[in-house]
Amino acid sequence: MFNSKTFSYSRSQLILLVILRVVIGWHFLYEGIAKLVNPDWCSVGFLLDSGGVLSQFFISLASNPEILSIVDFLNVWGLITIGLGLILGFLTRISIPAGILLLAFYFLSHPPMAGLSYSVPSEGSYLWVNKNLIELFALAVLFYFPTSGIIGLDRFFTKTK
Amino acid sequence: MSSIEEKNISKPENDSGISDSNKGISRRDIVKGLATVPVLGAFAYGFYRKRKHDRQIKNSILGDLKLSDSEPYTEDKGSEGRRIRLGLIGFGIRGPQIAGAIGFLHPESVEEMKLASKASRTDKRYQEFMEQEDLNIEVTAVCDIFTVYAAKARETGANINRQGTDLMPDKLPVIYDNYLDLINADDVDAVIIASPDHWHAPMAIEAAKAGKHIYCEKPLSWSVEETYALREAVRESGVVFQLGHQNRQTDAYMKARETIDNDVLGDVNLIEVTTNRNSPNGAWVYPIHPEANPDTIDWKQFIGQAPDHEFSLERFFRWRCWWDYSTGLSGDLLTHEYDAMNQIFGFGIPDSAVSSGGIYHFKDGRTVPDVLHTVFEFDKQELTMMYSATLANGRSRGKLIMGTDATMELSNSMTIYADIDSERYREKIEAGIIDPELPILSFVPGKKSVDAVTSATEQYFAGRGLLYTYRGGKRINTTHLHIKEWLNVIRNGGNTSCNIDRGFEEAITAHMGTISYREGRRVRWDRENKKII
Repeated sequence: MFNSKTFSYSRSQLILLVILRVVIGWHFLYEGIAKLVNPDWCSVGFLLDSGGVLSQFFISLASNPEILSIVDFLNVWGLITIGLGLILGFLTRISIPAGILLLAFYFLSHPPMAGLSYSVPSEGSYLWVNKNLIELFALAVLFYFPTSGIIGLDRFFTKTK
Repeated sequence: MSSIEEKNISKPENDSGISDSNKGISRRDIVKGLATVPVLGAFAYGFYRKRKHDRQIKNSILGDLKLSDSEPYTEDKGSEGRRIRLGLIGFGIRGPQIAGAIGFLHPESVEEMKLASKASRTDKRYQEFMEQEDLNIEVTAVCDIFTVYAAKARETGANINRQGTDLMPDKLPVIYDNYLDLINADDVDAVIIASPDHWHAPMAIEAAKAGKHIYCEKPLSWSVEETYALREAVRESGVVFQLGHQNRQTDAYMKARETIDNDVLGDVNLIEVTTNRNSPNGAWVYPIHPEANPDTIDWKQFIGQAPDHEFSLERFFRWRCWWDYSTGLSGDLLTHEYDAMNQIFGFGIPDSAVSSGGIYHFKDGRTVPDVLHTVFEFDKQELTMMYSATLANGRSRGKLIMGTDATMELSNSMTIYADIDSERYREKIEAGIIDPELPILSFVPGKKSVDAVTSATEQYFAGRGLLYTYRGGKRINTTHLHIKEWLNVIRNGGNTSCNIDRGFEEAITAHMGTISYREGRRVRWDRENKKII
């Protein structure tokens, strides 16, 4: 149903949608690789710092070393593969929802609600809406305005009528 | 953009799509399908440049400072060899804490921790306690002049297998009503002294005379005279002595010493150390036990060398509030700060001390101040150490070591900031390699290495103690390590890190601060005659 080739975009629309897809992909890829190459990186600090209604769930992830190492692995490789998927336009039907899920985790573990404060420094002051949420909705838009079947590897796998 | 334009532009796309599919993969398909691949090339190039830049900065700073980025060297010996039989003297607040740090907790405490760990998966105290290394020791004797504490000490000492209330001990430690009997018992090799301040030295002197090894809580002594007597007794007897400044085991302080030895800070001229607490407990207003009365407390033994006073539950449980038994902020909390700095600088006894302060908040009949500042001068090192404390405000001020080239901030972690007017770092600051607003070096325990230029996030976590890793570097209690070191020296010989000489320096320094406060004058250390004047 979301075959990009059934969409007709203007050149400008297409270019801007592809740029949005690529820059979000870049952001994911860099976050993933930066963590991958840092031998000391671990999600424990971020998880322990969780706040809001779901904080107990996130803190419990941090308290078990086995689960923690799985979380770390999924986070790092999730970021990298989602990033590559977005940049290359590859399997975006999967990589976009996965990116939304990951961003939802980041948002829900540190919701910018009144009365909650975190050790993780934030670059500005936010009320309910922060950059994670904006990036999440940008991905949702990309899901409904697909481009990878036109510009991207998915083009090779998209059957057209 | 008009709608006509849009249609015109999008049309060929659809046309080409149809025609492409008829012919298989066309050149157009390849161009469009791979259009974003060059982005990865740009990413790889950018990433490589950034990594190279970061590494250059790190190497340039570390190389300049001649610093290794390795962990501080700590020897990890096992506890093989003979089993050491311990006598515990004093089992109020610190006594049970020490016992817990060496594998002995009261069965009820174990049970509580067990329940807490079941109730909350994040509560790791039980697991950590059960995993704590076995130090190859047993508790054969206990002594406390409050019968409830003595019974508790015995049940704790019997819990060698770290059991809960299902404990069925084979052997109970002996309760001694008098510390002298415990010290002279044949089945006691070494004693741990956690009594009130005015009893530290008399007990330790007797233990030394009896040839028993000593782990003594800080401060070393209550009066100046007994400080000399205790040093003499320990030197003569040759027993292994360790004073309870567990900061000696803190990684960050060891790394700080290495860093300062490498002259990273320039000429250090000012050290600022602080204590801030804001709770009755922090101000030594401890709870009074409901079973405490003249029948359950040996009041005469409590008084000891202190001035006589009628029975008082306040004085027994809150002894830190009176000079009669206590050394006040100087002995109780300044000593921690001083010893940490003496560990780093090895500067020994200061040349002079000036104190001021008062009883400003806790009007509960105490005689020791709740706000105190002491300024120590070290003539040879040409630096001042300023101690500033309040028991009625909880802002954390930390420890700062200030030099002509940089400032070091110490807590569990170590962070160094270049000074904006530093001569040494001027070129690097001007070249933008060093930002005086950001740390140039940091050391966080649990992490393996020193980091040049760290992220803001890490600083936040470090400051809040959240960066202890739960993976390789297991979190370990420093008191455990400090007592382990003492036990290893007893078994294998060597030197303890807070031995009687360091303890002597600690006690004299604290006494100088106290005398200055109480007499309202500048107090000096006469190096030639080794006397406070």
